[in-house]
Amino acid sequence: MTPLLQVKNVAKMYGARIGCTDVSFDLYPGEVMGIVGESGSGKSTLLNSLAGHLTPDRGEVIFDTRTEGPVDTVTMSEPERRMLSRTDWAFVHQHARDGLRMSVSAGGNIGERLMAVGDRHYGSIRERAADWLGRVEISESRIDDRPSAFSGGMQQRLQIARNLVTGPRLVFMDEPTGGLDVSVQARLLDLLRGLVREMGLSAIIVTHDLAVVRLLADRLMVMKDGHVVENGLTDQVLDDPQHAYTQLLVSSVLQV
Amino acid sequence: MSDYNFAYLDEQTKRMIRRAILKGLAVPGYQVPFASREMPMPYGWGTGGVQVSAATLTPDDTLKVIDQGADDTTNAVSIRKFFEKTAGVETTEETEKASVIQTRHRIPEAELTEDQILVYQVPIPEPLRFLEPRETETRKMHALQEYGLMHVKLYEDISQHGAIATAYAYPVKVEGRYVMDPSPIPKFDNPKMEMAAIQLFGAGREQRIYAVPPYTQVVSLDFEDYPFEASKAEHACDLCGSEHSYLDEVILDDAGNRMFVCSDTDYCRSRREAGHSGRLSEEAA
Ligand SMILES: Nc1ncnc2c1ncn2[C@@H]1O[C@H](COP(=O)(O)OP(=O)(O)O)[C@@H](O)[C@H]1O
Ligand SMILES: [Mg+2]
Ligand SMILES: [Zn+2]
Repeated sequence: MTPLLQVKNVAKMYGARIGCTDVSFDLYPGEVMGIVGESGSGKSTLLNSLAGHLTPDRGEVIFDTRTEGPVDTVTMSEPERRMLSRTDWAFVHQHARDGLRMSVSAGGNIGERLMAVGDRHYGSIRERAADWLGRVEISESRIDDRPSAFSGGMQQRLQIARNLVTGPRLVFMDEPTGGLDVSVQARLLDLLRGLVREMGLSAIIVTHDLAVVRLLADRLMVMKDGHVVENGLTDQVLDDPQHAYTQLLVSSVLQV
Repeated sequence: MSDYNFAYLDEQTKRMIRRAILKGLAVPGYQVPFASREMPMPYGWGTGGVQVSAATLTPDDTLKVIDQGADDTTNAVSIRKFFEKTAGVETTEETEKASVIQTRHRIPEAELTEDQILVYQVPIPEPLRFLEPRETETRKMHALQEYGLMHVKLYEDISQHGAIATAYAYPVKVEGRYVMDPSPIPKFDNPKMEMAAIQLFGAGREQRIYAVPPYTQVVSLDFEDYPFEASKAEHACDLCGSEHSYLDEVILDDAGNRMFVCSDTDYCRSRREAGHSGRLSEEAA
């Protein structure tokens, strides 16, 4: 089977400082990869380098496109990459306001990607927006409300709906549960787990919360100082960590 | 006219503006940046349109200036006077006699010809601005034809008002390529933009010029189930009886009596002169 994403030796520097370096892995269709590590370890830099928000200084990010098969997205043209970002890729930001249009209604937020790829039937756009509100457990009656009137958890669920409505094949998520209350986090995690299973989503999830990856990720990469220090099946890495840093990370969680 | 160069601007500036106009005509609907000059009038008075007119006029031209369809508003009068003084060109109120027409907020009712140029005053040239404030991003969206946001705006309209409520500056797609703001004309005028005359758009403060060449396709954006409608008030003109012209509503008295009259004053007058009349013709005469 062809990997959906092949990451080869990706590196991103900020001047002399390492953002992330020497990162390589394959992601297969339907797989969820978790990336964990403490703050400043390079998780967001890596995710943004993979998603095309940052241009890596080295390496390849090869995506299995629908029409041409595996293509290096780092060297593809910007129009192609932007097209990918609104069709086969999705990006869920930690702060919902970075991923939503706050001055546009919930329905308009969900409908934007549909309209971006050429849907020109108001009735069907609205129907799909309503359907997706339901799927992320937001009452359909809120369809014309702006996200500024929503709670943090609802905003995050709306952001997820807005991203998934076009059936992307790869979802990037940066701390999707970060900044939310614990009970709200739990509900969001449940929802995400349901969607991942139901849609067979492939995803790369960045988090500093090991509970998130335990629930969602098939595989895990542990980062420290911009490097991947450990990499394996989630249960294996969490239950039998090999690297001293991972052991520390796991034990600090277990103590809580 | 003596202290000024013809039409106020110096020849080098006019050449620079003409280059922008030609580029605009070559790439219909594309916003061409230009170095807008200080004009002896405030921005709200259509300095962009004035500069385009200045670069377009020749001594043989006949100029007409309209504001909301009327030739006699302060704005129209002062711009007309400005060019009478600085260019010494003939001016007229009759659409058919004009070779250059500068306008704010309307397209004349009379069909324009290949011998005419229509110059629009534009306040905000960027149709994507209201949802995407970043200039770098809107430029990229135009370059890559990422126009989904325009439909988000129309979607919002329908979800809030049950119909597309945008009545002015209704966005269009030009020749299947660039999405363009037609300036704040009523959407009733949008279908007229597929015309024989050259259409030039000048935004002074925002320093942009764009253009629609003759016989260019101009399509108003819409949804399949909410098609574009060039709507107007459901009345005939109370003075000339026209059922096909864009109407202004005029309040007559405190009792709430009102009348509808053509916003294009020259069109209404010429119809009345040709013997047409409306509901209130006697009283108004
Ligand atoms: N825009 C930037 N400019 C300079 N350094 C940055 C920038 N963004 C991140 N860094 C640095 O790169 C390293 C990795 O940061 P980041 O990828 O944000 O880590 P994480 O998401 O794991 O917290 C850190 O040392 C951080 O200070
Ligand atoms: Mg981060
Ligand atoms: Zn009339």
